[in-house]
Amino acid sequence: MQKKTDIMKKAFKAAFPHTIPIFAGFWFLGMTYGIYMNVSGFPFWYPMLMSLTIFAGSMEFVAVNLLLGVFSPLQAFAMTIMINARHLFYGISMLDKYRGTGWKKFYLIFGMCDESFSINYIAEIPEDTDRGWFMFFVTLLNQFYWFFGATLGGIFGSLIHFSTEGLDFVMTAMFVVIFLEQWLKEKNHVSAVMGIVLSLLCLVAFGADDFMIPSMIAIFATLTFMRGGLEGGVSV
Amino acid sequence: MTVWQQVITVGMIVLGTMLTRFLPFLLFPSGKPTPKYIQYLGKVLPSAVFGLLVIYCLKNVSLFTGSRGIPEAISIAAVIALHLWKRQMLLSIAGGTVCYMLLVQFVF
Repeated sequence: MQKKTDIMKKAFKAAFPHTIPIFAGFWFLGMTYGIYMNVSGFPFWYPMLMSLTIFAGSMEFVAVNLLLGVFSPLQAFAMTIMINARHLFYGISMLDKYRGTGWKKFYLIFGMCDESFSINYIAEIPEDTDRGWFMFFVTLLNQFYWFFGATLGGIFGSLIHFSTEGLDFVMTAMFVVIFLEQWLKEKNHVSAVMGIVLSLLCLVAFGADDFMIPSMIAIFATLTFMRGGLEGGVSV
Repeated sequence: MTVWQQVITVGMIVLGTMLTRFLPFLLFPSGKPTPKYIQYLGKVLPSAVFGLLVIYCLKNVSLFTGSRGIPEAISIAAVIALHLWKRQMLLSIAGGTVCYMLLVQFVF
Protein backbone atom coordinates (compact mmCIF):
# COMPACT_ATOMS: atom_id res chain seq x y z
CA MET A 1 0.00 0.00 0.00
CA GLN A 2 1.18 3.48 -0.84
CA LYS A 3 1.99 5.79 2.02
CA LYS A 4 -0.27 8.81 2.44
CA THR A 5 2.55 11.29 1.83
CA ASP A 6 3.41 9.51 -1.44
CA ILE A 7 -0.20 9.76 -2.57
CA MET A 8 -0.23 13.46 -1.74
CA LYS A 9 3.10 14.11 -3.48
CA LYS A 10 1.95 12.35 -6.61
CA ALA A 11 -1.33 14.29 -6.67
CA PHE A 12 0.51 17.58 -6.13
CA LYS A 13 2.91 16.89 -8.99
CA ALA A 14 0.00 16.02 -11.28
CA ALA A 15 -2.07 19.02 -10.20
CA PHE A 16 0.55 21.78 -10.35
CA PRO A 17 1.00 22.00 -14.17
CA HIS A 18 -2.77 22.44 -14.56
CA THR A 19 -2.64 25.55 -12.37
CA ILE A 20 0.20 27.37 -14.17
CA PRO A 21 -2.14 29.56 -16.30
CA ILE A 22 -4.03 30.42 -13.12
CA PHE A 23 -0.75 31.39 -11.49
CA ALA A 24 -0.12 33.83 -14.34
CA GLY A 25 -3.64 35.20 -14.18
CA PHE A 26 -4.23 35.27 -10.45
CA TRP A 27 -1.13 36.98 -9.14
CA PHE A 28 -1.88 39.70 -11.67
CA LEU A 29 -5.63 39.98 -11.03
CA GLY A 30 -5.14 39.47 -7.29
CA MET A 31 -2.55 42.22 -7.26
CA THR A 32 -4.87 44.52 -9.20
CA TYR A 33 -7.49 43.84 -6.54
CA GLY A 34 -5.01 44.47 -3.70
CA ILE A 35 -3.92 47.75 -5.30
CA TYR A 36 -7.55 48.76 -5.79
CA MET A 37 -8.18 48.12 -2.07
CA ASN A 38 -5.00 50.00 -1.20
CA VAL A 39 -5.86 53.12 -3.18
CA SER A 40 -9.43 52.94 -1.80
CA GLY A 41 -7.88 53.47 1.64
CA PHE A 42 -7.88 49.97 3.15
CA PRO A 43 -4.84 48.47 4.93
CA PHE A 44 -3.25 45.38 3.37
CA TRP A 45 -4.84 42.90 5.76
CA TYR A 46 -8.28 43.70 4.29
CA PRO A 47 -7.53 42.23 0.83
CA MET A 48 -5.48 39.52 2.57
CA LEU A 49 -8.36 38.33 4.76
CA MET A 50 -11.00 38.85 2.08
CA SER A 51 -9.02 36.77 -0.45
CA LEU A 52 -9.00 33.95 2.09
CA THR A 53 -12.64 34.10 3.17
CA ILE A 54 -14.55 35.16 0.05
CA PHE A 55 -12.35 33.75 -2.76
CA ALA A 56 -14.64 34.82 -5.60
CA GLY A 57 -12.70 37.26 -7.76
CA SER A 58 -15.36 39.46 -9.32
CA MET A 59 -17.27 39.60 -6.01
CA GLU A 60 -14.20 40.91 -4.18
CA PHE A 61 -13.97 43.84 -6.57
CA VAL A 62 -17.66 44.59 -5.98
CA ALA A 63 -17.05 44.23 -2.23
CA VAL A 64 -14.72 47.26 -2.34
CA ASN A 65 -17.65 49.42 -3.46
CA LEU A 66 -19.97 47.84 -0.91
CA LEU A 67 -17.48 48.63 1.88
CA LEU A 68 -17.14 52.22 0.70
CA GLY A 69 -20.93 52.72 0.53
CA VAL A 70 -23.68 52.90 3.14
CA PHE A 71 -24.02 49.98 5.55
CA SER A 72 -26.60 47.64 4.03
CA PRO A 73 -25.99 43.97 4.81
CA LEU A 74 -29.11 42.72 3.03
CA GLN A 75 -28.13 44.49 -0.17
CA ALA A 76 -24.63 43.00 0.10
CA PHE A 77 -26.16 39.54 0.54
CA ALA A 78 -28.60 39.91 -2.38
CA MET A 79 -25.92 41.27 -4.70
CA THR A 80 -23.58 38.42 -3.83
CA ILE A 81 -26.27 35.84 -4.67
CA MET A 82 -26.92 37.55 -8.03
CA ILE A 83 -23.26 37.82 -9.02
CA ASN A 84 -22.33 34.34 -7.83
CA ALA A 85 -25.47 32.51 -8.98
CA ARG A 86 -23.41 30.75 -11.67
CA HIS A 87 -21.82 28.66 -8.90
CA LEU A 88 -25.17 26.80 -8.68
CA PHE A 89 -24.45 25.48 -12.18
CA TYR A 90 -20.93 24.45 -11.15
CA GLY A 91 -22.27 22.59 -8.12
CA ILE A 92 -24.81 20.67 -10.20
CA SER A 93 -22.01 19.73 -12.65
CA MET A 94 -19.66 18.61 -9.86
CA LEU A 95 -22.10 16.52 -7.79
CA ASP A 96 -20.52 13.33 -9.17
CA LYS A 97 -16.88 14.42 -9.44
CA TYR A 98 -16.63 15.63 -5.84
CA ARG A 99 -18.28 12.45 -4.56
CA GLY A 100 -16.23 10.25 -2.22
CA THR A 101 -13.50 12.80 -1.52
CA GLY A 102 -14.04 12.74 2.26
CA TRP A 103 -13.30 15.84 4.33
CA LYS A 104 -11.66 17.45 1.30
CA LYS A 105 -15.10 17.85 -0.25
CA PHE A 106 -15.86 20.75 2.09
CA TYR A 107 -12.82 22.69 0.92
CA LEU A 108 -13.41 21.74 -2.74
CA ILE A 109 -16.88 23.31 -2.56
CA PHE A 110 -15.70 26.29 -0.50
CA GLY A 111 -12.98 27.08 -3.07
CA MET A 112 -15.01 26.37 -6.21
CA CYS A 113 -14.27 29.57 -8.15
CA ASP A 114 -14.67 29.73 -11.96
CA GLU A 115 -11.10 28.56 -12.56
CA SER A 116 -10.98 25.72 -10.00
CA PHE A 117 -14.33 24.41 -11.23
CA SER A 118 -13.23 24.53 -14.86
CA ILE A 119 -9.90 22.80 -14.30
CA ASN A 120 -11.31 20.13 -12.01
CA TYR A 121 -14.10 19.49 -14.50
CA ILE A 122 -11.96 19.24 -17.64
CA ALA A 123 -8.69 17.73 -16.30
CA GLU A 124 -7.94 14.15 -17.17
CA ILE A 125 -6.59 12.86 -13.88
CA PRO A 126 -4.15 9.94 -14.33
CA GLU A 127 -5.57 6.56 -13.24
CA ASP A 128 -2.93 6.07 -10.54
CA THR A 129 -3.43 9.52 -8.99
CA ASP A 130 -5.84 10.16 -6.13
CA ARG A 131 -8.72 12.25 -7.54
CA GLY A 132 -9.59 13.89 -4.24
CA TRP A 133 -6.06 15.09 -3.53
CA PHE A 134 -5.58 16.21 -7.15
CA MET A 135 -8.66 18.44 -7.06
CA PHE A 136 -7.77 19.59 -3.54
CA PHE A 137 -4.34 20.81 -4.68
CA VAL A 138 -5.76 22.50 -7.81
CA THR A 139 -8.17 24.43 -5.57
CA LEU A 140 -5.58 25.16 -2.87
CA LEU A 141 -2.90 26.36 -5.31
CA ASN A 142 -5.41 28.61 -7.08
CA GLN A 143 -6.46 30.18 -3.80
CA PHE A 144 -2.84 30.60 -2.77
CA TYR A 145 -2.01 32.47 -6.01
CA TRP A 146 -4.97 34.79 -5.46
CA PHE A 147 -4.11 35.35 -1.78
CA PHE A 148 -0.46 36.00 -2.66
CA GLY A 149 -1.35 38.56 -5.35
CA ALA A 150 -4.00 40.31 -3.26
CA THR A 151 -1.66 40.63 -0.28
CA LEU A 152 1.28 41.90 -2.34
CA GLY A 153 -0.98 44.41 -4.08
CA GLY A 154 -2.33 45.53 -0.72
CA ILE A 155 1.18 46.05 0.69
CA PHE A 156 2.90 47.71 -2.24
CA GLY A 157 -0.19 49.32 -3.73
CA SER A 158 0.51 52.44 -5.67
CA LEU A 159 4.29 51.81 -5.81
CA ILE A 160 3.79 49.37 -8.66
CA HIS A 161 3.82 50.57 -12.23
CA PHE A 162 2.33 48.33 -14.86
CA SER A 163 4.08 47.28 -18.02
CA THR A 164 1.92 44.20 -18.15
CA GLU A 165 -1.01 45.63 -20.10
CA GLY A 166 -3.06 42.85 -21.58
CA LEU A 167 -1.88 40.10 -19.23
CA ASP A 168 -5.42 39.70 -17.94
CA PHE A 169 -6.25 38.12 -21.31
CA VAL A 170 -4.75 34.92 -19.86
CA MET A 171 -8.14 34.20 -18.23
CA THR A 172 -10.02 34.69 -21.52
CA ALA A 173 -7.51 32.45 -23.31
CA MET A 174 -7.95 29.78 -20.65
CA PHE A 175 -11.73 29.71 -20.91
CA VAL A 176 -11.50 29.62 -24.72
CA VAL A 177 -9.21 26.57 -24.47
CA ILE A 178 -11.48 24.86 -21.95
CA PHE A 179 -14.52 25.57 -24.12
CA LEU A 180 -12.65 24.12 -27.10
CA GLU A 181 -11.51 21.02 -25.16
CA GLN A 182 -15.12 20.37 -24.15
CA TRP A 183 -16.18 20.91 -27.79
CA LEU A 184 -13.64 18.36 -29.05
CA LYS A 185 -14.76 15.81 -26.46
CA GLU A 186 -18.53 16.03 -26.87
CA LYS A 187 -20.59 14.44 -29.62
CA ASN A 188 -23.39 16.97 -29.62
CA HIS A 189 -22.66 20.71 -29.68
CA VAL A 190 -26.16 22.03 -28.99
CA SER A 191 -25.43 23.00 -25.38
CA ALA A 192 -22.10 24.69 -26.25
CA VAL A 193 -23.70 26.69 -29.08
CA MET A 194 -26.62 27.63 -26.81
CA GLY A 195 -24.16 28.87 -24.18
CA ILE A 196 -22.46 31.23 -26.62
CA VAL A 197 -25.55 32.37 -28.54
CA LEU A 198 -27.86 32.93 -25.56
CA SER A 199 -25.12 34.75 -23.57
CA LEU A 200 -24.36 36.99 -26.55
CA LEU A 201 -28.04 37.80 -27.08
CA CYS A 202 -28.44 38.62 -23.38
CA LEU A 203 -25.27 40.74 -23.42
CA VAL A 204 -26.65 42.81 -26.30
CA ALA A 205 -30.11 43.05 -24.71
CA PHE A 206 -29.19 43.70 -21.06
CA GLY A 207 -25.66 45.15 -21.17
CA ALA A 208 -22.38 44.07 -19.53
CA ASP A 209 -23.52 44.63 -15.93
CA ASP A 210 -26.84 42.79 -16.02
CA PHE A 211 -26.57 39.96 -18.55
CA MET A 212 -25.43 37.05 -16.35
CA ILE A 213 -28.74 36.22 -14.64
CA PRO A 214 -30.86 36.48 -17.84
CA SER A 215 -28.24 34.32 -19.63
CA MET A 216 -28.43 31.67 -16.92
CA ILE A 217 -32.22 31.65 -16.98
CA ALA A 218 -32.21 31.39 -20.80
CA ILE A 219 -29.65 28.53 -20.76
CA PHE A 220 -31.51 26.72 -18.00
CA ALA A 221 -34.90 27.07 -19.74
CA THR A 222 -33.56 26.04 -23.16
CA LEU A 223 -31.73 22.96 -21.88
CA THR A 224 -34.79 21.93 -19.87
CA PHE A 225 -37.04 22.40 -22.89
CA MET A 226 -34.70 20.37 -25.11
CA ARG A 227 -34.22 17.56 -22.61
CA GLY A 228 -36.04 14.95 -24.69
CA GLY A 229 -33.83 15.50 -27.72
CA LEU A 230 -30.50 15.98 -25.95
CA GLU A 231 -30.48 13.25 -23.35
CA GLY A 232 -27.79 10.68 -24.02
CA GLY A 233 -26.26 12.57 -26.91
CA VAL A 234 -24.18 15.10 -25.01
CA SER A 235 -22.53 12.91 -22.41
CA VAL A 236 -18.74 12.93 -22.65
CA MET B 1 -18.80 52.30 8.10
CA THR B 2 -17.49 51.17 11.47
CA VAL B 3 -15.20 48.13 11.67
CA TRP B 4 -18.11 45.98 12.89
CA GLN B 5 -20.29 47.09 10.00
CA GLN B 6 -17.45 46.14 7.66
CA VAL B 7 -17.13 42.73 9.33
CA ILE B 8 -20.87 42.15 8.94
CA THR B 9 -20.79 43.27 5.27
CA VAL B 10 -17.90 40.91 4.46
CA GLY B 11 -19.68 38.19 6.46
CA MET B 12 -22.81 38.59 4.31
CA ILE B 13 -20.69 38.35 1.14
CA VAL B 14 -19.05 35.16 2.43
CA LEU B 15 -22.46 33.76 3.38
CA GLY B 16 -23.95 34.58 -0.04
CA THR B 17 -20.98 33.07 -1.89
CA MET B 18 -21.04 29.90 0.19
CA LEU B 19 -24.80 29.54 -0.29
CA THR B 20 -24.38 29.52 -4.09
CA ARG B 21 -21.52 26.99 -3.84
CA PHE B 22 -22.96 24.59 -1.26
CA LEU B 23 -26.68 24.61 -2.15
CA PRO B 24 -26.59 21.92 -4.90
CA PHE B 25 -24.57 19.61 -2.64
CA LEU B 26 -26.99 20.17 0.27
CA LEU B 27 -30.07 19.62 -1.91
CA PHE B 28 -28.67 16.49 -3.56
CA PRO B 29 -26.48 14.70 -0.99
CA SER B 30 -24.29 11.89 -2.31
CA GLY B 31 -25.99 9.34 -0.05
CA LYS B 32 -29.25 9.60 -1.99
CA PRO B 33 -29.76 8.99 -5.72
CA THR B 34 -29.72 12.31 -7.61
CA PRO B 35 -32.92 12.97 -9.61
CA LYS B 36 -32.60 12.10 -13.32
CA TYR B 37 -33.34 15.69 -14.34
CA ILE B 38 -30.46 17.04 -12.21
CA GLN B 39 -28.13 14.34 -13.58
CA TYR B 40 -29.11 15.47 -17.08
CA LEU B 41 -28.40 19.12 -16.19
CA GLY B 42 -25.03 18.10 -14.70
CA LYS B 43 -24.11 16.58 -18.06
CA VAL B 44 -25.31 19.29 -20.44
CA LEU B 45 -24.69 22.43 -18.37
CA PRO B 46 -20.84 22.53 -18.48
CA SER B 47 -20.66 23.09 -22.27
CA ALA B 48 -23.08 26.01 -22.03
CA VAL B 49 -21.36 27.37 -18.89
CA PHE B 50 -17.92 27.43 -20.56
CA GLY B 51 -19.53 29.37 -23.42
CA LEU B 52 -21.04 31.77 -20.91
CA LEU B 53 -17.64 32.22 -19.21
CA VAL B 54 -15.98 33.08 -22.54
CA ILE B 55 -18.62 35.75 -23.19
CA TYR B 56 -18.29 36.93 -19.57
CA CYS B 57 -14.55 37.54 -20.11
CA LEU B 58 -15.33 39.56 -23.25
CA LYS B 59 -18.29 41.51 -21.87
CA ASN B 60 -16.49 44.86 -21.78
CA VAL B 61 -15.17 44.65 -25.35
CA SER B 62 -16.79 47.35 -27.49
CA LEU B 63 -17.20 46.78 -31.21
CA PHE B 64 -17.78 50.46 -31.89
CA THR B 65 -15.10 52.27 -29.90
CA GLY B 66 -11.36 51.93 -29.26
CA SER B 67 -9.77 48.96 -30.99
CA ARG B 68 -13.23 47.51 -31.83
CA GLY B 69 -12.49 44.08 -30.44
CA ILE B 70 -9.91 43.37 -33.15
CA PRO B 71 -7.04 42.38 -30.77
CA GLU B 72 -9.45 40.06 -28.91
CA ALA B 73 -10.66 38.46 -32.17
CA ILE B 74 -7.12 37.91 -33.49
CA SER B 75 -5.87 36.50 -30.18
CA ILE B 76 -8.82 34.14 -29.78
CA ALA B 77 -8.21 32.90 -33.33
CA ALA B 78 -4.55 32.35 -32.36
CA VAL B 79 -5.60 30.39 -29.24
CA ILE B 80 -7.93 28.18 -31.28
CA ALA B 81 -5.38 27.62 -34.08
CA LEU B 82 -2.59 26.76 -31.61
CA HIS B 83 -4.85 24.42 -29.69
CA LEU B 84 -6.11 22.58 -32.76
CA TRP B 85 -2.52 22.26 -33.97
CA LYS B 86 -0.67 21.08 -30.84
CA ARG B 87 -3.48 20.51 -28.33
CA GLN B 88 -1.23 21.64 -25.48
CA MET B 89 -3.31 23.70 -23.07
CA LEU B 90 -0.44 25.76 -21.66
CA LEU B 91 1.01 26.54 -25.09
CA SER B 92 -2.37 27.68 -26.45
CA ILE B 93 -3.04 29.90 -23.42
CA ALA B 94 0.48 31.39 -23.33
CA GLY B 95 0.58 31.93 -27.11
CA GLY B 96 -2.78 33.69 -27.17
CA THR B 97 -1.89 35.89 -24.19
CA VAL B 98 1.48 36.95 -25.61
CA CYS B 99 -0.23 37.69 -28.93
CA TYR B 100 -2.81 39.88 -27.14
CA MET B 101 -0.19 41.72 -25.07
CA LEU B 102 1.88 42.52 -28.16
CA LEU B 103 -1.21 43.73 -30.01
CA VAL B 104 -2.50 46.04 -27.27
CA GLN B 105 0.94 47.37 -26.32
CA PHE B 106 2.46 47.93 -29.75
CA VAL B 107 -0.17 47.80 -32.49
CA PHE B 108 -3.45 49.24 -31.19
